[in-house]
Formats: sequence, C-alpha cells, structure tokens
Amino acid sequence: MDKKMTRKEYMQWSQKEAPKTRKGKNMLMAFLIGGTICTIAQIINSFLLSAGMVQEDAGTVTTLIMIFLGAFLTGLNVYDDIGRIGGAGAAIPVTGFANSIVSPAMEYKKEGYVMGVGARMFLIAGPVLVYGIVASIICGILYYLFA
Amino acid sequence: MVFIRAFLLGGVICVLAQILIDLTKITPARIMVIFVVTGVVLGMLGIYPRLVEWGGSGATIPIIGFGNVLAKGVIEDIEKKGLIGAFSGGVRAGAVGIASAVFFGYIMAIVSKPKIKNKS
Repeated sequence: MDKKMTRKEYMQWSQKEAPKTRKGKNMLMAFLIGGTICTIAQIINSFLLSAGMVQEDAGTVTTLIMIFLGAFLTGLNVYDDIGRIGGAGAAIPVTGFANSIVSPAMEYKKEGYVMGVGARMFLIAGPVLVYGIVASIICGILYYLFA
Repeated sequence: MVFIRAFLLGGVICVLAQILIDLTKITPARIMVIFVVTGVVLGMLGIYPRLVEWGGSGATIPIIGFGNVLAKGVIEDIEKKGLIGAFSGGVRAGAVGIASAVFFGYIMAIVSKPKIKNKS
C-alpha cells in the first residue's frame, strides 16, 4: 500500500478490499467447520455400521448423537464460540439446529419455564419445522397427483 | 474415501449458505428455512438421495438433509397408504430428529446457565 494515499483514497481502498477478504475468510471457515462436523458424523456413522447396525438405523442414531452434541456444547457455552468462527459452517449442520433451540431457551429462562424456555426454544426451529412440514405436504400432494 | 467425501460435500453446502449470508442480507434463520425447503424439493425430485449416496453424513447432517428426510418419509407413506401419506410421512420420518432436538434442547436449557454477555 502506498504511504502517500490520501485519507479519502484509503477509505475507498479499505471499503473495496476489506469486505472481500472477510468474505473469503468466512467462506473458508464455513467450509472447514462445516466439513469437520460432517466428518465427525461420518465417523460415528461408520462406527455404528461396523458395530452391526443397518444403514437406516445408523443414520438416525448418528443424527441423534449429533443433536445431543450440539445441545450439550451449547449448554457449556462452547457452541456459540464455534458459531462465531464457523458462521454457516456451524449453523447449517444439525448441531446448529440444536444450538438454535438451546441458545434462546437458555437466554429467556428468566421469563419462565413455559413462555420463556418452552416458547423461545422454537424461535428458529419453529420456522424451520413449519416450512419444512408444509413444503413436504404440498410436494407430497403433487407427487400423489402427478407421479 | 467416505470421510473425505463427507468433508467435501458438508463443507460445500455450508459455504453455499455462507455465500448467501454474506452476499445478500438474508438472515441465518431464513437461510435455514430456505435450505430445509430446498431439501424437501430436491428429495421429492430424487436428486438429494443421490447426494446422500455419494457424501453420506456430508449430505444428511446439514439442515437441507432434514428436508430430504421429510420428503423421503412422505414418498414412502404415499406409496403405502395413498394421499394420507402426504400428511403422515414427513413427521414420521423426521420423528427422531424432532423429538431428540426438543428433548435434549429442553434438558440442556434447563440445566445450564447462560454466559454473562460482555460483547462490546
């Protein structure tokens, strides 16, 4: 960078360059964290298969274990740190889904166990379930009619 | 090697979400909704099951894989029971995911204390 750059030029330069490098780093971290979480799940899945489980059960139990890990690490205040580093890489795996349930539930515990914990658990999980289930029913009706 | 494929596919799916977050102003919650609906559609079209075959947990663990599970359950139940399967299949197939998320989520929220936030 040229030392003689004026203040105005620097502002323009930094605005142009900074978001780009930050985006690049965000993408890399999302890839690494997301990939790592999926690899851990694959290791659990392969272990369950080698222990004699059939593929479908192994997949289900793997999901269950990952959800437990996501909820557990959120309870220990660890997953939020992973989320800050990994961004979407931490949010998109099912561990992030568990995190999205535990995190607001913990935060709003002071509002009580029904409208605090019980209701706030679904702050993000609620919309995901609503749109997922509605989409699956609409697609199912179309599948029934046309397939 | 299945572990490398899981890493690559899982990583790529997460990068796609990160790009959507960074380039648009879409919030992470909306990304999750978009991904789960995308998973339902790709599952219904028979595209996502091929990704699962290739990438294993790299395809099933991201939230888009949950959409695929809903779609898979709906197709199975429609084949078995007809139109009512559109309503029964999704939640049946997603039952373990939904129930364990609610159960572990509730228990962990009850037993743990939130960190005092001192973000600037």
